[in-house]
Amino acid sequence: MNVSKHNIPPRWATLLLQHFCPAHRANEMEGDLSELFEMRVKSIGLRQARWRYVKDVLSLMRPSLMRTKPGKYPTLSHTDMLKNYIKIAFRNLAKNPTYSAINIIGLSVGMTTAMLIGLWMWDELSYDKYHQHYDRIARVMQHQTYNGITNTTPATPLPMRAALQNEHASEFTHIASSSWTEDHILSSGEKKISRKGNCVEPDFPIMMSLKIIKGTATGLDNPTSALLSESVAKALFGKEDPINKTIKVDNTNYFKVTGVYEDLPHGTEFRDVSFLLPWKYFSEKTPWVKRSETNWGNNSFLLLVEIAPHTSFDKVSAKIEKIKARHAKDEARFDPKAFLHPMSRWHLYSEWENGVSVRGRIQFVWLFGIIGAFVLLLACINFMNLSTARSQKRAKEVGVRKAVGSLRSQLIAQFLSESIMISMFAFLLALLLVQIILTWFNQIADKQITFPWGNQQSWLIGLGFTLMTGILAGSYPALYLSSFRPVKVLTGAGSSLRLHASRFAALPRQTLVIIQFTVSITLVIGTLVVLRQIEHAKNRPVGFERSGLLSVEMNTPDLLATSQSLRQDLLQSGAATNMAKSSSPTSEVWSSDASFSWPGKDPDQLGDLGTVGITHEYGKTVNWQIKQGRDFSRTFSTDSLAMIINESAAKFMGLKKAVGSHVHWNGARYTIIGVINDMVTGSPFMPIQPTVFMLRDDWGSFIHIRLNPDITASEAISKLEPVFKKYNPGSPFEYKFASEEYDRKFHAEERISQLSTTFASLAIFISCLGLFGLASFFAEQRQKEIGIRKVLGASVANLWQLLSKDFLILVTVACLIATPIAYYLMNDWLQHYTYRTGISWWIFAATILGAMAITILTVSFQAVKAALQNPVKSLQNE
Amino acid sequence: MKGTYLGEFEEVVLLAVAIRTGDAYGAAVVNEIEQQLRRAVNLGAVHTALHRLEEKGLVKSEMGGATAERGGRSKRLYRVTAPGLRALEEIRQMRNQMWDTIPKIVWS
Repeated sequence: MNVSKHNIPPRWATLLLQHFCPAHRANEMEGDLSELFEMRVKSIGLRQARWRYVKDVLSLMRPSLMRTKPGKYPTLSHTDMLKNYIKIAFRNLAKNPTYSAINIIGLSVGMTTAMLIGLWMWDELSYDKYHQHYDRIARVMQHQTYNGITNTTPATPLPMRAALQNEHASEFTHIASSSWTEDHILSSGEKKISRKGNCVEPDFPIMMSLKIIKGTATGLDNPTSALLSESVAKALFGKEDPINKTIKVDNTNYFKVTGVYEDLPHGTEFRDVSFLLPWKYFSEKTPWVKRSETNWGNNSFLLLVEIAPHTSFDKVSAKIEKIKARHAKDEARFDPKAFLHPMSRWHLYSEWENGVSVRGRIQFVWLFGIIGAFVLLLACINFMNLSTARSQKRAKEVGVRKAVGSLRSQLIAQFLSESIMISMFAFLLALLLVQIILTWFNQIADKQITFPWGNQQSWLIGLGFTLMTGILAGSYPALYLSSFRPVKVLTGAGSSLRLHASRFAALPRQTLVIIQFTVSITLVIGTLVVLRQIEHAKNRPVGFERSGLLSVEMNTPDLLATSQSLRQDLLQSGAATNMAKSSSPTSEVWSSDASFSWPGKDPDQLGDLGTVGITHEYGKTVNWQIKQGRDFSRTFSTDSLAMIINESAAKFMGLKKAVGSHVHWNGARYTIIGVINDMVTGSPFMPIQPTVFMLRDDWGSFIHIRLNPDITASEAISKLEPVFKKYNPGSPFEYKFASEEYDRKFHAEERISQLSTTFASLAIFISCLGLFGLASFFAEQRQKEIGIRKVLGASVANLWQLLSKDFLILVTVACLIATPIAYYLMNDWLQHYTYRTGISWWIFAATILGAMAITILTVSFQAVKAALQNPVKSLQNE
Repeated sequence: MKGTYLGEFEEVVLLAVAIRTGDAYGAAVVNEIEQQLRRAVNLGAVHTALHRLEEKGLVKSEMGGATAERGGRSKRLYRVTAPGLRALEEIRQMRNQMWDTIPKIVWS
């Protein structure tokens, strides 16, 4: 028959039929349909025939014809059995709501923790990956050895850049010098904002593959153009097009905006860099930078490179290692060694000790990873423990199922599907919890993590893990229970068998409880030590008065020019009781010099002291404590050649009588007139840098103001603001409280303590949940025993002891294991800090007592409940 | 006798099966009815009726051979059973009986 392409019935209708009709009918129906169709094509035409075909198909869609024919093709009994399994699983859950809740909540809390930590670790490990040439970018760093100690710094001298270009050009595709990321004031018209930015060479935007939204990336060749990040462009120009607009930086220089780039994401090293200025401007307008172009001794610049595809970081590092020693003979005594530090290691491996790469942030990634794994392990152990304990109650069910004809494989499938189902519930709950907690977590972890809903990989990991937990937790009951002999379980022999079973099963379960508590106790001790260490550092004498001290950065020439009149006006405003200037903020020492010498100095020793330039009133303003000698005073004109040193410096110099000694520096002879108590500059956990203070009005870059204690801080600020507006009209009034700056030094440690407190409490919570569940299970299992003991005269106290003793022994064992582990770990951690607390015995005592108390509380609840029960009730029903 | 009641369409289908004895399958029955009654019927209706008739034991079916015009698909051949024949005869008898009792006066 000649069947043209269109001479066929509508395909979709046929498919519909095949889909809905039971197989044994579809064939015959299709036959009828196609026969009628062909006949009708001849008699009433194709269109009509097709129409009738569809009508016929639809008319066949009726229940009586769609019903499967029983017997012919047997249906899959599996689906029925699966339905039954699910039903039984739900009934089991509903029968014991407490157990079910403990099980599901415990597991989901563990999963939540693991997910959060997993997200955090992922974020840490993918730091800087935003940059396209991530794996070929590096910064040049140097090791240098002073006084036998090797320091490692990312600061490089400027001539190194030229040397790399001239001698090793073929190794690099891009080289770019950059300034550090510093605050600048940007203004456009009336709008003024303070943002952080860098001065960079033209290759920087290309090297970092900045995503240009408007304009071009190449503008930085020109010393008067600037690139802005999207957010800065928006802040300055709103909806207007920023290209070719002019901005004023630090109230002195004008730049033309030639490009706008997408903000760098939170997870990048340069996330704070919100605008880029041309390097040419930096070197031409800043005299000391210009001078540095030939000075190998001034390590003050960031040097970034992108290596060529044919080479590797190690090869290039080996080639450039001696570059500084070759070019600068007088620097060679510091044994300078240049090397490349790859971008992939910037975030996690950036700490050196004596020239060797150590620790760094990666230790936290490991630490939290391990903690997360442990918390999850605890939750899984619980889950297994409870499932196993409870499954023994189901021996009869297994017996009946087997007697009716269940295969062993079917029983295994039943128990596995049950535990997988419960773990799925837990997974769903955990997803919900993560959503709720993520904002808070981001806050304490300083992250901007979003949940990767769209990431297939994370879903696979999550589901795979859930499945694995389900299978692991279900495997013991599945394999063990399915091996029961139905005759034994169903006849009287069952009880003795179960007793035997529980003894057999007790050992692994006890081990699991011990592991749980070992982990929890270790975490708690760790947390306590971290908290103690922070407290210890916070209680360290600071050496000056932080409260009521405010500082303003002198970031514009307007402020540099004024001093005495500004001081007068500030004092007159009534908000300030004193005012001084200094070259470093109170929280840090910004500069140091190695060329000091003093009587009795070992010629091999490097006279490396921190230097701070101050004005006469500095001491009074910050309220430092003079230990010996006197403060600077305007009554002695000789004070311009005087020095005040801190206690550490006195110790460093080894001067018996510091006051009155002479120090040579920069070709002048200075007299030490006073020694002050150490002020904590730099990390509060580290030794204090030996520092000298000198009168240097022209060094000033910070104004410090001692606020009038009689008025509130906000009142004082409202009075100070107009004064600063008057003297520094082009800039917003920005100030920092010394106390806040000081507190910032604890951020990293406080973050750790917050996280570890959270994890430790979670671990304890999960362990207690498990303990609670187990205790109640045992109490229930031993109901009859308790009843008989009561009848025979046991007191409630006796019974309570009976039920609690086992658990207390387990927890004691856990304490014994955890104590040395925690001591070892925390002692190691504390070694990182020079100024550290000791690990005192009471931390261990308190933790152990706490663990005992919690155990007793948890177990007693069940024990007492069981012991108080009327024995008649537990004994009567048989 | 409960269950032997025949609906009007069922009766028609049963008659068509009887007419096509030996070659009575779905499409043939549809054809037969369409030719005899000159009205369009749905295949689904026919199959449902056949199904009901089979349940009532008035027809029996077996799988027949495949033919080329059906694209090689097999057909299910129906044939009227003894109870089926009896049911048809009863209906006919009942109708005749009723016809016979109509008074002549109606026709005048």
